[in-house]
Amino acid sequence: MQTYNAPLRDMRFVLHELHGLEKINAYPKYADFTPDVVDSVLEEASKIATEVLLPTNAVGDQEGCVLENGVVRTPTGFKAAYDLFREGGWSSIAADPEWGGQGMPESVNKMVEEMISAANVAFGLYPGLTGGAIRALKDHGSQELKQRYLPKMVDGTWTGAMCLTEAHCGTDLGLLRTKATPNGDGSYRIDGAKIFISAGEHDLTENIVHLVLAKLPDGPKGVKGISLFLAPKFIPNEDGSLGQRNGVVCTGIEHKMGLKGSATCQLTFEDARGWLVGEPNKGMAAMFTMMNVERLAVGVQGLGINEAAYQSAVAYAKDRLQGRSLAGAKRPDLPADPIIVHPDVRRMLMTMRVYAEGCRAVGGWVAQAMDVAEASEDPIEKQTADDFVALMTPVVKALFTDMGSEASNLAIQIYGGHGYIREHGVEQYVRDARIAQLYEGTNGIQAMDLVGRKVGAHMGRYLRGFFHPIAEFIAANKDDAAVGKMVGKLEQAFGALQLTTGDLVQRSMKDPEEAGAAAVDYLRMLGLVAMGYMFVKSAKIAAEKAPTANGDAGFYEAKQASARFFVDRVLPQATGLFLTLKSGKAAMMAMPEDAF
Amino acid sequence: MKVLVPVKRVIDYNVKARVKPDQSGVDLSNVKMSMNPFDEIAVEEAVRLKEKGIVTEIVSVSIGPQQAQETLRTSLAMGADRSILIVVDQTVEPLAVAKLLKAVVAAEEPKLVLMGKQAIDDDNNATGQMLAALLGWPQATFASKVEIAGEVATVTREVDGGLQTLSAELPAVVTVDLRLNEPRYASLPNIMKAKKKPIDAKTAADYGVDLTPRLKVSKVAEPPKRGGGIKVADAADLVGKLKNEAGVL
Repeated sequence: MQTYNAPLRDMRFVLHELHGLEKINAYPKYADFTPDVVDSVLEEASKIATEVLLPTNAVGDQEGCVLENGVVRTPTGFKAAYDLFREGGWSSIAADPEWGGQGMPESVNKMVEEMISAANVAFGLYPGLTGGAIRALKDHGSQELKQRYLPKMVDGTWTGAMCLTEAHCGTDLGLLRTKATPNGDGSYRIDGAKIFISAGEHDLTENIVHLVLAKLPDGPKGVKGISLFLAPKFIPNEDGSLGQRNGVVCTGIEHKMGLKGSATCQLTFEDARGWLVGEPNKGMAAMFTMMNVERLAVGVQGLGINEAAYQSAVAYAKDRLQGRSLAGAKRPDLPADPIIVHPDVRRMLMTMRVYAEGCRAVGGWVAQAMDVAEASEDPIEKQTADDFVALMTPVVKALFTDMGSEASNLAIQIYGGHGYIREHGVEQYVRDARIAQLYEGTNGIQAMDLVGRKVGAHMGRYLRGFFHPIAEFIAANKDDAAVGKMVGKLEQAFGALQLTTGDLVQRSMKDPEEAGAAAVDYLRMLGLVAMGYMFVKSAKIAAEKAPTANGDAGFYEAKQASARFFVDRVLPQATGLFLTLKSGKAAMMAMPEDAF
Repeated sequence: MKVLVPVKRVIDYNVKARVKPDQSGVDLSNVKMSMNPFDEIAVEEAVRLKEKGIVTEIVSVSIGPQQAQETLRTSLAMGADRSILIVVDQTVEPLAVAKLLKAVVAAEEPKLVLMGKQAIDDDNNATGQMLAALLGWPQATFASKVEIAGEVATVTREVDGGLQTLSAELPAVVTVDLRLNEPRYASLPNIMKAKKKPIDAKTAADYGVDLTPRLKVSKVAEPPKRGGGIKVADAADLVGKLKNEAGVL
C-alpha cells in the first residue's frame, strides 16, 4: 500500500523560516498571499493529494492508458479526479489572474506541484503540460489567440500539449520535418508526425490545444527555421463552442516502463489547421520559455517521488520485524526488532530523507528567485534573480530527478524482495521516477547546459550570484557555537567547487570536450554544495528556535540531525568529485572506439 | 433565511491521541487540529441549502482559542458568508457552549441552527440538545437528510433499527450525522476569498455568560492494551472456554 502525507511542517519551514515568504508577500503583485492564506492553500492541496490523487496512483499504473479507435481512455478514476481538481481551481493555480488564474507565487506552487507528483505523478502531467502551454501562449501568442484559448485552458476545460519530438529528432530539433504551409487566410496547414507527446490525446477534457513545432516553406535550415503553431483537436467556433474536428489524430500510444497513467501519444497531423504563435522562425525561443518552466517542474517530480518513496520506506522499516539490533534487542517484547534499528537501514532512510529535505530547500530558494524576477520593479534585483534561476534550472532538473531515482531505488532495497514485487507499490516509484531523468532534456543535456551556457555566461555573472551568498554565510558563521563545525565542512566543499570551477573554465576554453567530460559530475558537485548551504542555514535556524519551541522542538531537533547527516555523510562526495574532475577528460576518451 | 453553524476546533481525526502523563487530559501540544468532522458536514449542508436558494446567509461561529479562527476560515472557504469567533482560553463544557450559542442566536436571529451531533474530542453529544432546550425550539438530532419547505424542516434521523422522519417548525436546531453528505474540498478561489470575509471577534463577557466548569475530570486513561489471543483445539474447547472462562454463554 502506498502512503503519502504531505510534509507540511517541512514545507512551512522552507517557505516561512528558511526563505521568508514575507519578502514575496511584500510585493504588491503577491500582496494577497499572506502566510495564513498560503498555509490554508497547502493544507487543502495536501487533502486533494492524499484523498483524491493518491488512490488513483496504483490503479493508473496497473491499468495504464488504452487507445481504441483513435480515442485514449485514461485509467479508472482519472476523469473524476481531474474534475475535482479542476473545479477546485488547482489547474490554474499559477496562471495569470488576467486570464482567470490564481496568480499564486511559484514559492507556493512548487510545493503544490511536489504534493501532486508524490501522490500521482502520471496524473500531474495533464494539468502540468497545460501550464507550460499556457505560458508559451501567454508570452508569445497574439491577443486574438489568447482570448480564444487561454480562459478555457486556464480553468482546465481544455488541456494543452507540447508537440516537439519526431521519430528521428529529440534533442536535435533542427532535424524536424513537420511542415506548415500558409492557407492564405492567416492560418496554416500543418502536416507531419510527432511522437512522445504527453497528454496528446485523452478523455479528461472536451478539447486539447496542441502547440506544434513545424517548418515554414521558406524558413532557414536547422533550429533557426522552426516556428510554433497552435492546432486544436477541435477548432472552436466564434462563440467558443466546439466546431470542426481538426486533422490531428492519435495513431498510437507508447508502452512504457512507468508513468503508465499518462498517455504518451504518437500524433499525425494531416491537413490540420494551425495558427502561428509568435514570430515566424522564432519557435525555439517561444518553446524555451515554456521548457525552462517545465524543467523546474520535472525536477519537482523527482522530489515528490523521493518523498513518497521515503514515507513508504519508513512505514515498512518500522513495521517489518527481522533480526536483532547489533546493540542488543530493542524490542524484547516482539519476536524480532523492527528493521529501522539497523545502521544500514538508517543509512538508506537518512539518505532518502536528506535528499528530499535538501532538494525541497533548494527548490524553495529557486522558486523564490522566480517570484522576485516576476514581481520586482528594481532592475538589478530582477536581473540577479533571473541569473540565479537560469543557473539553477538545469541543477534542479537533473539533481532532483537523479536523487528521486536513487531514493526510490533505496526504498526497494529497504523492502528487500517485498519491494521487487508489485503488491507494495514501491517498485512503481522506481519506474515512474526514471522518466524524469530523461524528458525535458536528459540529465546529461542539463549538465551540458550548466557548464556550456550558464557557468561561463557574462564572464561568470550567474555563478557569482550563487557563490556570493554562500561565501558571506560561511564568513559570518565560521565561529557560530551551534553550527560552526558544519560551516567548516561546508567551506571545504565550497572551496573544492570554486577550485574546480576555475580549472574547468580554463580547460574548456582550450578544449570544449573537457566541458563535456566534466558536465555531469560538475552539476552534482554544485548541487551538493547548494544543498549543504541550505542544510547548514536550516540547522542554524533550528538551533536558535529549538530551545523555545515547546511542542515543536522535535521538528527542530530532527532538522539539525538531518543537517548533520548531510554534512558528515553526503557532502564529502563533493571532495571526491573534486578529485574525479581534476583528472579531466583523458581517461574517459582514451579507449579507442574500435575497442568498444 | 439565515443559518447559524457552530464549528469546533478539535484534534484532527487522523491523529492518534496521546494521554498526558498526569492523566488530566489529551496531550494537544504540537498536534494537528482541524474542524470537527460533524461540523464540516453541517457547514456543507448549509452551503447546499444556500445553493438551492433556500438559505440566504450562513454565519459560522466558533468558541475556543484564537487559533479557532483557522477553523472559521475553513468554513468561510467552504461557503459560509461571515463568522463570529468567541475567544475562550479555558475548557468549555456543553452547557456553557449552549448558553453562549443561545446568546448568539438572540443577536443573530437565525431561522435554523445546523450543527454536528457531537464533537469528536469529548464525544458529549449534548450541546445541540441543550441549545434547543434553552431556546425552547424544536430539535431534530442525528440528521441523515434535511429538507426545508416553507416554515417546516423535514429531517430523517438515524436511530437504532432504522430511520425516523420528523418534521419541525422553524426556527429549529438540527444536529447532523455522518451520512448526511460528503463535505466538499474548498476551492482555491474560495480559499482566497475567505481571507476577505469578516470574522467578528467577541468574548464570553460580551454575551454575559459564565463559563465556570461544572464538571470535574477525575482521570483520562488510554484504553487497556489488547492481550494476545489463544488457539483453541476444537469447537468443544471453544464452547467450554466461552462458558467457563469468559462467562459469556
